[in-house]
Amino acid sequence: MSSILTGIFEPGLFTSQPVRVAIVVGGAVSLVSAVVGVFTVIRGQSFAGHSLGDLGTTGGSGAFLVGASPLWGFVAFAVIGAGAMELFGARRQRGRDMATGIVLGAGLGIAALFLYLGTVERNTSGAAITILFGSMFVIRSSMIPIFACLSVLALALVGLLYRPLLLSALSEDIASARGIPVRAVGIFYLLAMAIAVSLSCVTIGAILSTAVLIGPAAAALRLTKRPGLAFAWAGLIGLGVTWVGILLAYDSYYWPPLGRGWPVSFFVVALILVVYLLADLSARRSSRRPSSCAVGAG
Amino acid sequence: MFAGFMLNAWIVATMVAVVAGIVGFFTVLRGSAFVAHAVPQAGFAGAAGASLIGVSTFAGLGLFAVVSALGIAVLGKRGRHDTMTALALVFMLGLGALFLSWSQEYASEIFALLFGEVLGVSNNQVLVTALLAVVSVAAVAVVYRPLFLASVMPEVAEARGVRVQRMGICFLVVVAVATTMSVPVVGALLMFSLMVGAPGAARSLTDRPHLALGLSVAISLVIVWISIAASYETEWPIGFFVGVLGAVFFVAARAYASWRRSRLVAAAPFGVARTAQVVTDPGPTSAEVAANRIGPAPA
Repeated sequence: MSSILTGIFEPGLFTSQPVRVAIVVGGAVSLVSAVVGVFTVIRGQSFAGHSLGDLGTTGGSGAFLVGASPLWGFVAFAVIGAGAMELFGARRQRGRDMATGIVLGAGLGIAALFLYLGTVERNTSGAAITILFGSMFVIRSSMIPIFACLSVLALALVGLLYRPLLLSALSEDIASARGIPVRAVGIFYLLAMAIAVSLSCVTIGAILSTAVLIGPAAAALRLTKRPGLAFAWAGLIGLGVTWVGILLAYDSYYWPPLGRGWPVSFFVVALILVVYLLADLSARRSSRRPSSCAVGAG
Repeated sequence: MFAGFMLNAWIVATMVAVVAGIVGFFTVLRGSAFVAHAVPQAGFAGAAGASLIGVSTFAGLGLFAVVSALGIAVLGKRGRHDTMTALALVFMLGLGALFLSWSQEYASEIFALLFGEVLGVSNNQVLVTALLAVVSVAAVAVVYRPLFLASVMPEVAEARGVRVQRMGICFLVVVAVATTMSVPVVGALLMFSLMVGAPGAARSLTDRPHLALGLSVAISLVIVWISIAASYETEWPIGFFVGVLGAVFFVAARAYASWRRSRLVAAAPFGVARTAQVVTDPGPTSAEVAANRIGPAPA
Protein backbone atom coordinates (compact mmCIF):
# COMPACT_ATOMS: atom_id res chain seq x y z
CA MET A 1 0.00 0.00 0.00
CA SER A 2 2.66 2.47 0.98
CA SER A 3 4.67 1.57 -2.12
CA ILE A 4 1.67 2.45 -4.27
CA LEU A 5 1.37 5.72 -2.41
CA THR A 6 5.01 6.60 -2.93
CA GLY A 7 4.52 5.56 -6.55
CA ILE A 8 1.78 8.13 -6.92
CA PHE A 9 3.18 10.80 -4.65
CA GLU A 10 6.81 10.68 -5.69
CA PRO A 11 9.23 11.49 -2.86
CA GLY A 12 9.90 15.16 -2.40
CA LEU A 13 6.52 16.27 -3.73
CA PHE A 14 5.46 18.09 -0.60
CA THR A 15 8.86 19.25 0.54
CA SER A 16 9.84 20.95 -2.71
CA GLN A 17 9.38 24.71 -2.48
CA PRO A 18 8.34 25.31 -6.14
CA VAL A 19 5.77 22.52 -5.89
CA ARG A 20 4.33 23.98 -2.71
CA VAL A 21 4.01 27.40 -4.30
CA ALA A 22 2.45 25.80 -7.37
CA ILE A 23 -0.07 23.95 -5.24
CA VAL A 24 -1.10 27.07 -3.34
CA VAL A 25 -1.05 29.61 -6.18
CA GLY A 26 -2.17 27.26 -8.94
CA GLY A 27 -5.02 25.94 -6.84
CA ALA A 28 -6.21 29.38 -5.78
CA VAL A 29 -6.02 30.78 -9.28
CA SER A 30 -7.94 27.87 -10.77
CA LEU A 31 -10.58 28.21 -8.09
CA VAL A 32 -11.05 31.91 -8.88
CA SER A 33 -11.05 31.36 -12.65
CA ALA A 34 -13.55 28.53 -12.40
CA VAL A 35 -15.94 30.57 -10.26
CA VAL A 36 -15.67 33.64 -12.50
CA GLY A 37 -16.07 31.37 -15.52
CA VAL A 38 -19.55 30.19 -14.56
CA PHE A 39 -20.97 33.53 -15.68
CA THR A 40 -18.76 33.49 -18.77
CA VAL A 41 -20.44 30.28 -19.86
CA ILE A 42 -23.95 31.42 -18.86
CA ARG A 43 -23.52 34.73 -20.69
CA GLY A 44 -21.97 33.06 -23.75
CA GLN A 45 -18.74 35.05 -23.54
CA SER A 46 -16.27 32.22 -24.08
CA PHE A 47 -14.71 34.04 -27.01
CA ALA A 48 -14.21 37.20 -24.98
CA GLY A 49 -12.67 35.15 -22.17
CA HIS A 50 -10.30 33.45 -24.55
CA SER A 51 -9.40 36.73 -26.21
CA LEU A 52 -8.54 38.30 -22.87
CA GLY A 53 -6.11 35.44 -22.32
CA ASP A 54 -4.56 35.90 -25.73
CA LEU A 55 -4.29 39.63 -25.14
CA GLY A 56 -2.38 38.64 -22.05
CA THR A 57 0.27 37.40 -24.48
CA THR A 58 0.66 40.96 -25.67
CA GLY A 59 0.92 42.25 -22.13
CA GLY A 60 3.29 39.51 -21.02
CA SER A 61 5.62 40.05 -23.94
CA GLY A 62 5.46 43.82 -23.46
CA ALA A 63 6.35 43.43 -19.80
CA PHE A 64 9.21 41.17 -20.77
CA LEU A 65 10.44 43.84 -23.17
CA VAL A 66 10.58 46.54 -20.50
CA GLY A 67 11.72 44.12 -17.81
CA ALA A 68 8.64 44.25 -15.60
CA SER A 69 6.87 41.32 -13.97
CA PRO A 70 4.70 39.58 -16.60
CA LEU A 71 1.73 39.58 -14.22
CA TRP A 72 1.35 43.36 -14.51
CA GLY A 73 1.57 43.13 -18.27
CA PHE A 74 -1.15 40.49 -18.30
CA VAL A 75 -3.41 42.56 -16.08
CA ALA A 76 -2.83 45.84 -17.92
CA PHE A 77 -3.49 44.45 -21.39
CA ALA A 78 -6.42 42.31 -20.36
CA VAL A 79 -8.09 45.34 -18.77
CA ILE A 80 -7.34 47.54 -21.81
CA GLY A 81 -8.61 44.79 -24.09
CA ALA A 82 -11.81 44.45 -22.08
CA GLY A 83 -12.37 48.19 -22.41
CA ALA A 84 -11.74 48.17 -26.15
CA MET A 85 -14.13 45.25 -26.70
CA GLU A 86 -16.82 47.10 -24.78
CA LEU A 87 -16.12 50.26 -26.80
CA PHE A 88 -16.44 48.56 -30.22
CA GLY A 89 -19.04 46.04 -29.28
CA ALA A 90 -22.60 46.57 -30.34
CA ARG A 91 -25.31 45.09 -28.18
CA ARG A 92 -26.03 42.35 -30.66
CA GLN A 93 -24.33 38.99 -30.33
CA ARG A 94 -22.72 39.19 -33.78
CA GLY A 95 -21.46 42.71 -33.22
CA ARG A 96 -19.84 41.55 -30.01
CA ASP A 97 -18.23 38.66 -31.86
CA MET A 98 -16.75 41.02 -34.46
CA ALA A 99 -15.53 43.51 -31.87
CA THR A 100 -13.81 40.78 -29.90
CA GLY A 101 -12.22 39.44 -33.06
CA ILE A 102 -10.86 42.81 -34.16
CA VAL A 103 -9.41 43.63 -30.75
CA LEU A 104 -7.91 40.15 -30.53
CA GLY A 105 -6.37 40.39 -34.01
CA ALA A 106 -4.75 43.73 -33.28
CA GLY A 107 -3.52 42.53 -29.89
CA LEU A 108 -1.93 39.43 -31.37
CA GLY A 109 -0.20 41.51 -34.00
CA ILE A 110 1.31 43.71 -31.32
CA ALA A 111 2.29 40.59 -29.36
CA ALA A 112 4.16 39.34 -32.42
CA LEU A 113 6.12 42.58 -32.52
CA PHE A 114 6.87 42.61 -28.79
CA LEU A 115 8.08 39.03 -28.83
CA TYR A 116 10.20 39.72 -31.88
CA LEU A 117 11.77 42.79 -30.31
CA GLY A 118 12.26 40.86 -27.08
CA THR A 119 14.17 38.10 -28.87
CA VAL A 120 16.21 40.57 -30.87
CA GLU A 121 17.21 42.77 -27.95
CA ARG A 122 17.66 40.22 -25.23
CA ASN A 123 18.84 37.27 -27.24
CA THR A 124 16.59 34.89 -25.40
CA SER A 125 13.72 33.20 -27.14
CA GLY A 126 12.43 31.08 -24.26
CA ALA A 127 10.28 33.95 -23.02
CA ALA A 128 7.74 33.45 -25.79
CA ILE A 129 7.17 29.87 -24.76
CA THR A 130 6.87 30.70 -21.06
CA ILE A 131 4.38 33.47 -21.78
CA LEU A 132 2.29 31.37 -24.16
CA PHE A 133 2.27 28.14 -22.22
CA GLY A 134 3.03 29.26 -18.69
CA SER A 135 4.92 27.46 -16.02
CA MET A 136 3.53 26.84 -12.60
CA PHE A 137 6.84 25.78 -11.13
CA VAL A 138 8.66 29.07 -11.67
CA ILE A 139 6.35 31.31 -9.63
CA ARG A 140 8.28 33.07 -6.91
CA SER A 141 6.79 32.82 -3.44
CA SER A 142 7.15 36.60 -3.03
CA MET A 143 4.34 36.92 -5.59
CA ILE A 144 1.83 35.09 -3.39
CA PRO A 145 0.40 38.21 -1.66
CA ILE A 146 -0.21 39.91 -5.03
CA PHE A 147 -1.92 36.82 -6.36
CA ALA A 148 -4.06 36.70 -3.23
CA CYS A 149 -5.11 40.35 -3.54
CA LEU A 150 -6.07 40.03 -7.20
CA SER A 151 -7.95 36.79 -6.53
CA VAL A 152 -9.95 38.42 -3.75
CA LEU A 153 -10.66 41.40 -6.00
CA ALA A 154 -12.03 39.18 -8.80
CA LEU A 155 -14.13 37.14 -6.39
CA ALA A 156 -15.44 40.27 -4.68
CA LEU A 157 -16.50 41.75 -8.02
CA VAL A 158 -18.40 38.60 -8.93
CA GLY A 159 -19.90 38.38 -5.44
CA LEU A 160 -21.11 41.99 -5.55
CA LEU A 161 -22.52 41.58 -9.05
CA TYR A 162 -24.00 38.15 -8.38
CA ARG A 163 -27.70 38.97 -8.50
CA PRO A 164 -27.67 41.59 -11.28
CA LEU A 165 -25.37 39.35 -13.35
CA LEU A 166 -27.62 36.37 -12.93
CA LEU A 167 -30.70 38.34 -13.87
CA SER A 168 -29.12 40.05 -16.87
CA ALA A 169 -27.68 36.73 -18.03
CA LEU A 170 -31.12 35.14 -18.01
CA SER A 171 -32.93 38.10 -19.58
CA GLU A 172 -31.39 41.46 -20.34
CA ASP A 173 -34.81 42.96 -20.92
CA ILE A 174 -36.18 42.07 -17.53
CA ALA A 175 -32.95 43.17 -15.87
CA SER A 176 -33.00 46.60 -17.45
CA ALA A 177 -36.72 46.93 -16.76
CA ARG A 178 -35.92 46.39 -13.11
CA GLY A 179 -33.47 49.26 -13.23
CA ILE A 180 -30.26 47.26 -13.40
CA PRO A 181 -27.57 49.13 -15.38
CA VAL A 182 -26.94 46.19 -17.70
CA ARG A 183 -24.07 47.81 -19.53
CA ALA A 184 -22.19 48.79 -16.38
CA VAL A 185 -22.69 45.31 -14.97
CA GLY A 186 -21.27 43.89 -18.20
CA ILE A 187 -18.20 46.14 -18.01
CA PHE A 188 -17.46 45.25 -14.40
CA TYR A 189 -17.89 41.59 -15.20
CA LEU A 190 -15.41 41.89 -18.08
CA LEU A 191 -13.04 43.48 -15.57
CA ALA A 192 -13.40 40.56 -13.15
CA MET A 193 -12.84 38.19 -16.05
CA ALA A 194 -9.74 40.14 -17.12
CA ILE A 195 -8.23 39.79 -13.64
CA ALA A 196 -9.03 36.09 -13.35
CA VAL A 197 -7.62 35.38 -16.81
CA SER A 198 -4.45 37.36 -16.07
CA LEU A 199 -3.84 35.23 -13.00
CA SER A 200 -4.25 31.99 -14.90
CA CYS A 201 -2.05 33.36 -17.69
CA VAL A 202 0.81 33.17 -15.22
CA THR A 203 0.03 29.68 -13.97
CA ILE A 204 -1.03 27.75 -17.04
CA GLY A 205 -0.13 30.15 -19.82
CA ALA A 206 -1.76 32.86 -21.89
CA ILE A 207 -3.24 30.71 -24.63
CA LEU A 208 -4.38 27.94 -22.29
CA SER A 209 -5.95 30.16 -19.62
CA THR A 210 -9.31 29.66 -21.33
CA ALA A 211 -9.24 26.06 -20.16
CA VAL A 212 -9.62 26.84 -16.46
CA LEU A 213 -12.04 29.67 -17.18
CA ILE A 214 -14.47 27.72 -19.36
CA GLY A 215 -13.86 24.03 -18.70
CA PRO A 216 -14.81 23.61 -15.02
CA ALA A 217 -17.74 26.01 -15.41
CA ALA A 218 -19.07 24.19 -18.48
CA ALA A 219 -18.78 20.85 -16.71
CA ALA A 220 -20.47 22.24 -13.59
CA LEU A 221 -23.37 23.60 -15.62
CA ARG A 222 -23.85 20.15 -17.16
CA LEU A 223 -24.04 18.67 -13.66
CA THR A 224 -26.52 21.08 -12.13
CA LYS A 225 -28.96 23.76 -13.18
CA ARG A 226 -28.83 25.61 -9.87
CA PRO A 227 -26.43 28.57 -10.05
CA GLY A 228 -25.24 28.36 -6.44
CA LEU A 229 -24.41 24.69 -6.77
CA ALA A 230 -22.76 25.34 -10.14
CA PHE A 231 -20.30 27.72 -8.48
CA ALA A 232 -19.38 25.11 -5.89
CA TRP A 233 -18.92 22.41 -8.54
CA ALA A 234 -16.89 24.70 -10.79
CA GLY A 235 -14.57 25.69 -7.96
CA LEU A 236 -14.16 22.09 -6.88
CA ILE A 237 -13.41 20.87 -10.41
CA GLY A 238 -11.00 23.74 -11.01
CA LEU A 239 -9.10 23.00 -7.84
CA GLY A 240 -9.14 19.25 -8.43
CA VAL A 241 -7.83 19.27 -12.00
CA THR A 242 -5.05 21.68 -11.09
CA TRP A 243 -3.84 19.66 -8.14
CA VAL A 244 -4.03 16.35 -10.01
CA GLY A 245 -2.31 18.07 -12.93
CA ILE A 246 0.55 19.22 -10.70
CA LEU A 247 0.85 15.73 -9.22
CA LEU A 248 0.98 14.07 -12.64
CA ALA A 249 3.45 16.61 -13.97
CA TYR A 250 5.69 15.94 -11.00
CA ASP A 251 5.44 12.19 -11.57
CA SER A 252 5.97 12.50 -15.30
CA TYR A 253 9.58 13.38 -14.65
CA TYR A 254 10.25 9.66 -14.82
CA TRP A 255 8.09 9.09 -17.90
CA PRO A 256 9.28 8.70 -21.49
CA PRO A 257 10.31 10.07 -23.88
CA LEU A 258 12.80 12.56 -22.48
CA GLY A 259 12.92 12.17 -18.73
CA ARG A 260 12.43 15.84 -18.04
CA GLY A 261 8.74 16.01 -17.28
CA TRP A 262 5.61 16.80 -19.26
CA PRO A 263 4.13 20.30 -19.01
CA VAL A 264 1.62 20.90 -16.19
CA SER A 265 -0.60 22.86 -18.54
CA PHE A 266 -1.12 19.83 -20.75
CA PHE A 267 -2.30 17.69 -17.82
CA VAL A 268 -4.64 20.40 -16.56
CA VAL A 269 -6.20 20.90 -19.98
CA ALA A 270 -6.53 17.18 -20.69
CA LEU A 271 -8.11 16.54 -17.27
CA ILE A 272 -10.57 19.36 -17.85
CA LEU A 273 -11.68 17.83 -21.14
CA VAL A 274 -12.10 14.41 -19.49
CA VAL A 275 -14.12 15.90 -16.61
CA TYR A 276 -16.31 17.79 -19.06
CA LEU A 277 -17.00 14.70 -21.16
CA LEU A 278 -17.85 12.69 -18.01
CA ALA A 279 -20.18 15.45 -16.79
CA ASP A 280 -21.83 15.55 -20.20
CA LEU A 281 -22.27 11.80 -20.17
CA SER A 282 -23.84 11.78 -16.73
CA ALA A 283 -26.11 14.68 -17.65
CA ARG A 284 -27.31 12.82 -20.72
CA ARG A 285 -27.91 9.63 -18.78
CA SER A 286 -29.90 11.37 -16.09
CA SER A 287 -31.95 13.26 -18.66
CA ARG A 288 -32.66 10.06 -20.56
CA ARG A 289 -33.85 8.08 -17.54
CA PRO A 290 -37.22 9.81 -16.93
CA SER A 291 -38.09 9.71 -20.62
CA SER A 292 -37.34 5.98 -20.84
CA CYS A 293 -39.63 5.47 -17.80
CA ALA A 294 -42.33 7.40 -19.60
CA VAL A 295 -41.94 5.22 -22.66
CA GLY A 296 -42.13 2.12 -20.46
CA ALA A 297 -45.30 3.39 -18.79
CA GLY A 298 -46.86 4.27 -22.14
CA MET B 1 11.82 43.38 -52.40
CA PHE B 2 10.88 41.55 -55.59
CA ALA B 3 14.03 39.49 -55.70
CA GLY B 4 13.83 35.80 -56.51
CA PHE B 5 13.65 34.63 -52.92
CA MET B 6 10.77 36.99 -52.23
CA LEU B 7 8.78 36.04 -55.32
CA ASN B 8 7.37 32.90 -53.75
CA ALA B 9 6.34 34.87 -50.69
CA TRP B 10 4.38 37.34 -52.82
CA ILE B 11 2.65 34.54 -54.73
CA VAL B 12 1.71 32.56 -51.62
CA ALA B 13 0.59 35.60 -49.65
CA THR B 14 -1.61 36.75 -52.53
CA MET B 15 -3.32 33.38 -52.66
CA VAL B 16 -3.75 33.40 -48.91
CA ALA B 17 -5.29 36.86 -49.03
CA VAL B 18 -7.83 35.89 -51.70
CA VAL B 19 -8.91 32.77 -49.80
CA ALA B 20 -9.00 34.60 -46.46
CA GLY B 21 -11.14 37.33 -48.01
CA ILE B 22 -13.67 34.82 -49.32
CA VAL B 23 -13.78 32.46 -46.35
CA GLY B 24 -13.64 35.38 -43.93
CA PHE B 25 -16.69 36.93 -45.59
CA PHE B 26 -18.73 33.93 -44.51
CA THR B 27 -17.05 33.91 -41.10
CA VAL B 28 -18.25 37.43 -40.43
CA LEU B 29 -21.68 36.72 -41.94
CA ARG B 30 -22.14 33.75 -39.63
CA GLY B 31 -20.67 35.50 -36.62
CA SER B 32 -18.20 32.68 -36.09
CA ALA B 33 -15.02 34.62 -35.47
CA PHE B 34 -14.22 32.32 -32.57
CA VAL B 35 -14.15 29.27 -34.84
CA ALA B 36 -11.94 31.14 -37.28
CA HIS B 37 -9.61 31.77 -34.38
CA ALA B 38 -9.77 28.25 -32.93
CA VAL B 39 -9.12 26.19 -36.05
CA PRO B 40 -5.80 27.83 -37.02
CA GLN B 41 -4.55 27.50 -33.45
CA ALA B 42 -5.48 23.83 -33.42
CA GLY B 43 -3.58 23.55 -36.67
CA PHE B 44 -0.58 24.99 -34.90
CA ALA B 45 -0.63 22.05 -32.48
CA GLY B 46 -0.72 19.71 -35.47
CA ALA B 47 2.28 21.41 -37.00
CA ALA B 48 4.18 21.04 -33.73
CA GLY B 49 3.30 17.33 -33.66
CA ALA B 50 4.33 16.88 -37.29
CA SER B 51 7.74 18.39 -36.67
CA LEU B 52 8.11 16.07 -33.67
CA ILE B 53 7.67 12.88 -35.70
CA GLY B 54 9.33 14.36 -38.75
CA VAL B 55 6.52 14.48 -41.30
CA SER B 56 5.39 17.37 -43.47
CA THR B 57 4.04 20.39 -41.59
CA PHE B 58 1.12 20.55 -44.00
CA ALA B 59 0.01 17.04 -43.03
CA GLY B 60 -0.02 17.81 -39.31
CA LEU B 61 -1.71 21.14 -39.85
CA GLY B 62 -4.37 19.70 -42.10
CA LEU B 63 -5.13 16.74 -39.85
CA PHE B 64 -5.50 18.83 -36.70
CA ALA B 65 -7.43 21.61 -38.40
CA VAL B 66 -9.95 19.20 -39.92
CA VAL B 67 -10.27 17.13 -36.72
CA SER B 68 -10.87 20.23 -34.62
CA ALA B 69 -13.37 21.61 -37.15
CA LEU B 70 -15.31 18.34 -37.11
CA GLY B 71 -15.00 18.11 -33.33
CA ILE B 72 -16.48 21.57 -32.93
CA ALA B 73 -19.28 20.66 -35.34
CA VAL B 74 -20.14 17.42 -33.53
CA LEU B 75 -19.81 18.71 -29.96
CA GLY B 76 -21.49 22.00 -30.86
CA LYS B 77 -24.72 20.22 -31.79
CA ARG B 78 -25.47 19.88 -28.11
CA GLY B 79 -24.52 22.45 -25.55
CA ARG B 80 -23.29 25.92 -26.36
CA HIS B 81 -21.35 26.31 -29.55
CA ASP B 82 -18.86 28.82 -28.15
CA THR B 83 -18.13 26.75 -25.06
CA MET B 84 -17.44 23.67 -27.17
CA THR B 85 -15.19 25.71 -29.45
CA ALA B 86 -13.25 26.92 -26.44
CA LEU B 87 -12.86 23.39 -25.05
CA ALA B 88 -11.76 21.91 -28.38
CA LEU B 89 -9.33 24.78 -28.83
CA VAL B 90 -7.65 24.52 -25.47
CA PHE B 91 -7.34 20.77 -25.71
CA MET B 92 -5.58 21.06 -29.07
CA LEU B 93 -3.33 23.79 -27.67
CA GLY B 94 -2.57 21.61 -24.66
CA LEU B 95 -1.46 18.87 -27.03
CA GLY B 96 0.63 21.48 -28.82
CA ALA B 97 2.30 22.41 -25.53
CA LEU B 98 3.06 18.73 -24.90
CA PHE B 99 4.55 18.22 -28.38
CA LEU B 100 6.65 21.33 -28.00
CA SER B 101 8.02 20.16 -24.66
CA TRP B 102 9.04 16.87 -26.29
CA SER B 103 10.59 18.27 -29.40
CA GLN B 104 14.00 19.83 -29.60
CA GLU B 105 12.65 22.48 -31.90
CA TYR B 106 14.16 25.92 -31.74
CA ALA B 107 11.83 28.54 -30.33
CA SER B 108 12.21 30.63 -33.47
CA GLU B 109 10.54 27.95 -35.56
CA ILE B 110 7.59 27.79 -33.19
CA PHE B 111 7.48 31.55 -33.32
CA ALA B 112 7.30 31.36 -37.13
CA LEU B 113 4.37 28.94 -36.95
CA LEU B 114 2.48 31.26 -34.62
CA PHE B 115 3.32 34.60 -36.14
CA GLY B 116 4.26 33.81 -39.72
CA GLU B 117 7.41 33.68 -41.82
CA VAL B 118 7.41 34.98 -45.37
CA LEU B 119 11.04 34.41 -46.17
CA GLY B 120 12.19 31.10 -47.52
CA VAL B 121 8.91 29.88 -48.96
CA SER B 122 9.90 26.89 -51.10
CA ASN B 123 8.56 26.05 -54.57
CA ASN B 124 6.99 22.98 -53.08
CA GLN B 125 5.10 25.10 -50.56
CA VAL B 126 3.82 27.31 -53.36
CA LEU B 127 2.48 24.25 -55.14
CA VAL B 128 0.71 22.85 -52.08
CA THR B 129 -0.69 26.26 -51.20
CA ALA B 130 -2.02 26.76 -54.73
CA LEU B 131 -3.68 23.35 -54.67
CA LEU B 132 -5.36 24.02 -51.32
CA ALA B 133 -6.39 27.50 -52.43
CA VAL B 134 -8.13 26.06 -55.47
CA VAL B 135 -9.82 23.41 -53.34
CA SER B 136 -11.19 25.87 -50.81
CA VAL B 137 -12.35 28.42 -53.39
CA ALA B 138 -13.99 25.64 -55.43
CA ALA B 139 -15.70 24.29 -52.32
CA VAL B 140 -17.11 27.73 -51.51
CA ALA B 141 -18.23 28.19 -55.14
CA VAL B 142 -20.08 24.86 -55.12
CA VAL B 143 -22.06 25.53 -51.95
CA TYR B 144 -22.17 29.32 -52.39
CA ARG B 145 -25.93 29.86 -52.58
CA PRO B 146 -27.10 27.41 -49.89
CA LEU B 147 -24.23 28.44 -47.61
CA PHE B 148 -25.11 32.08 -48.04
CA LEU B 149 -28.76 31.48 -47.31
CA ALA B 150 -28.00 29.25 -44.33
CA SER B 151 -25.65 31.89 -42.92
CA VAL B 152 -27.98 34.86 -43.28
CA MET B 153 -31.40 33.33 -42.72
CA PRO B 154 -31.16 29.84 -41.25
CA GLU B 155 -34.92 29.45 -40.86
CA VAL B 156 -35.69 30.41 -44.45
CA ALA B 157 -32.90 28.13 -45.65
CA GLU B 158 -34.34 25.27 -43.64
CA ALA B 159 -37.78 25.89 -45.13
CA ARG B 160 -36.28 25.80 -48.63
CA GLY B 161 -34.75 22.41 -47.95
CA VAL B 162 -31.16 23.49 -47.24
CA ARG B 163 -29.52 21.29 -44.64
CA VAL B 164 -28.37 24.07 -42.36
CA GLN B 165 -26.33 21.84 -40.10
CA ARG B 166 -24.55 20.22 -43.02
CA MET B 167 -23.75 23.67 -44.38
CA GLY B 168 -22.24 24.51 -41.00
CA ILE B 169 -19.95 21.49 -41.23
CA CYS B 170 -19.03 22.37 -44.85
CA PHE B 171 -18.09 25.84 -43.71
CA LEU B 172 -15.92 24.52 -40.88
CA VAL B 173 -14.07 22.17 -43.23
CA VAL B 174 -13.42 25.01 -45.67
CA VAL B 175 -12.02 27.06 -42.78
CA ALA B 176 -9.77 24.12 -41.93
CA VAL B 177 -8.47 23.83 -45.50
CA ALA B 178 -7.89 27.57 -45.75
CA THR B 179 -6.04 27.40 -42.45
CA THR B 180 -3.79 24.60 -43.61
CA MET B 181 -2.65 26.52 -46.62
CA SER B 182 -1.99 29.76 -44.83
CA VAL B 183 -0.50 28.97 -41.43
CA PRO B 184 3.07 28.29 -42.63
CA VAL B 185 3.20 31.74 -44.20
CA VAL B 186 1.07 34.13 -42.16
CA GLY B 187 1.07 32.12 -38.93
CA ALA B 188 -1.70 30.59 -36.84
CA LEU B 189 -2.50 33.72 -34.88
CA LEU B 190 -2.65 36.04 -37.86
CA MET B 191 -4.63 33.95 -40.33
CA PHE B 192 -7.41 34.85 -37.99
CA SER B 193 -6.82 38.63 -38.22
CA LEU B 194 -7.03 38.38 -41.99
CA MET B 195 -10.25 36.38 -41.86
CA VAL B 196 -11.94 38.90 -39.56
CA GLY B 197 -10.43 42.33 -40.21
CA ALA B 198 -10.87 42.62 -43.98
CA PRO B 199 -14.41 41.17 -44.24
CA GLY B 200 -15.47 43.15 -41.17
CA ALA B 201 -14.34 46.35 -42.85
CA ALA B 202 -16.04 45.35 -46.10
CA ARG B 203 -19.34 44.68 -44.37
CA SER B 204 -19.27 48.08 -42.69
CA LEU B 205 -18.87 49.72 -46.10
CA THR B 206 -21.72 48.09 -47.94
CA ASP B 207 -24.86 46.09 -47.34
CA ARG B 208 -24.83 44.40 -50.73
CA PRO B 209 -23.43 40.91 -50.26
CA HIS B 210 -21.60 40.45 -53.57
CA LEU B 211 -19.99 43.85 -53.37
CA ALA B 212 -18.98 43.08 -49.79
CA LEU B 213 -17.39 39.81 -50.92
CA GLY B 214 -15.38 41.61 -53.58
CA LEU B 215 -14.37 44.39 -51.20
CA SER B 216 -13.37 41.84 -48.61
CA VAL B 217 -10.96 40.16 -51.03
CA ALA B 218 -9.63 43.54 -52.17
CA ILE B 219 -9.01 44.83 -48.65
CA SER B 220 -7.40 41.58 -47.63
CA LEU B 221 -5.05 41.78 -50.64
CA VAL B 222 -4.11 45.35 -49.77
CA ILE B 223 -3.43 44.38 -46.15
CA VAL B 224 -1.22 41.46 -47.13
CA TRP B 225 0.74 43.38 -49.76
CA ILE B 226 1.41 46.32 -47.46
CA SER B 227 2.36 43.89 -44.69
CA ILE B 228 4.90 42.01 -46.81
CA ALA B 229 6.50 45.21 -48.02
CA ALA B 230 6.61 46.69 -44.52
CA SER B 231 7.87 43.45 -43.03
CA TYR B 232 10.61 43.31 -45.65
CA GLU B 233 11.67 46.87 -44.99
CA THR B 234 11.63 46.77 -41.19
CA GLU B 235 12.37 43.06 -40.57
CA TRP B 236 9.54 43.08 -38.05
CA PRO B 237 7.24 40.03 -38.09
CA ILE B 238 4.58 40.12 -40.80
CA GLY B 239 1.98 39.18 -38.22
CA PHE B 240 2.31 42.53 -36.55
CA PHE B 241 1.40 44.42 -39.72
CA VAL B 242 -1.43 42.05 -40.65
CA GLY B 243 -2.99 42.26 -37.20
CA VAL B 244 -2.74 46.00 -36.79
CA LEU B 245 -3.73 46.84 -40.38
CA GLY B 246 -6.80 44.61 -40.05
CA ALA B 247 -7.94 46.62 -37.05
CA VAL B 248 -7.05 49.93 -38.72
CA PHE B 249 -9.08 49.10 -41.83
CA PHE B 250 -12.00 47.97 -39.70
CA VAL B 251 -12.03 51.12 -37.57
CA ALA B 252 -11.61 53.34 -40.64
CA ALA B 253 -14.49 51.59 -42.42
CA ARG B 254 -16.72 51.93 -39.38
CA ALA B 255 -15.85 55.61 -39.02
CA TYR B 256 -16.53 56.21 -42.72
CA ALA B 257 -19.87 54.38 -42.52
CA SER B 258 -21.08 56.41 -39.56
CA TRP B 259 -19.85 59.67 -41.12
CA ARG B 260 -21.74 58.89 -44.34
CA ARG B 261 -24.88 58.04 -42.40
CA SER B 262 -24.79 61.27 -40.43
CA ARG B 263 -24.14 63.29 -43.61
CA LEU B 264 -27.07 61.62 -45.31
CA VAL B 265 -29.38 62.69 -42.52
CA ALA B 266 -28.00 66.24 -42.34
CA ALA B 267 -27.91 66.94 -46.08
CA ALA B 268 -31.34 65.58 -46.91
CA PRO B 269 -34.30 67.99 -47.21
CA PHE B 270 -36.58 68.21 -44.21
CA GLY B 271 -39.07 65.54 -45.22
CA VAL B 272 -36.41 63.04 -46.18
CA ALA B 273 -34.44 63.74 -43.03
CA ARG B 274 -37.54 63.07 -41.04
CA THR B 275 -38.04 59.74 -42.78
CA ALA B 276 -34.41 58.86 -42.30
CA GLN B 277 -34.75 59.60 -38.64
CA VAL B 278 -37.87 57.52 -38.43
CA VAL B 279 -36.00 54.68 -40.08
CA THR B 280 -33.03 54.97 -37.74
CA ASP B 281 -35.24 55.28 -34.69
CA PRO B 282 -35.18 51.78 -33.21
CA GLY B 283 -38.69 52.16 -31.81
CA PRO B 284 -39.45 51.32 -28.21
CA THR B 285 -36.43 49.77 -26.61
CA SER B 286 -36.63 46.24 -25.44
CA ALA B 287 -36.58 47.55 -21.87
CA GLU B 288 -39.70 49.62 -22.51
CA VAL B 289 -41.40 46.65 -24.04
CA ALA B 290 -40.36 44.47 -21.14
CA ALA B 291 -41.70 46.97 -18.66
CA ASN B 292 -45.11 46.87 -20.30
CA ARG B 293 -45.14 43.16 -20.67
CA ILE B 294 -47.11 41.07 -18.25
CA GLY B 295 -45.91 37.63 -17.36
CA PRO B 296 -42.61 35.94 -18.12
CA ALA B 297 -40.52 36.88 -21.14
CA PRO B 298 -40.64 34.44 -24.03
CA ALA B 299 -37.63 32.16 -24.05
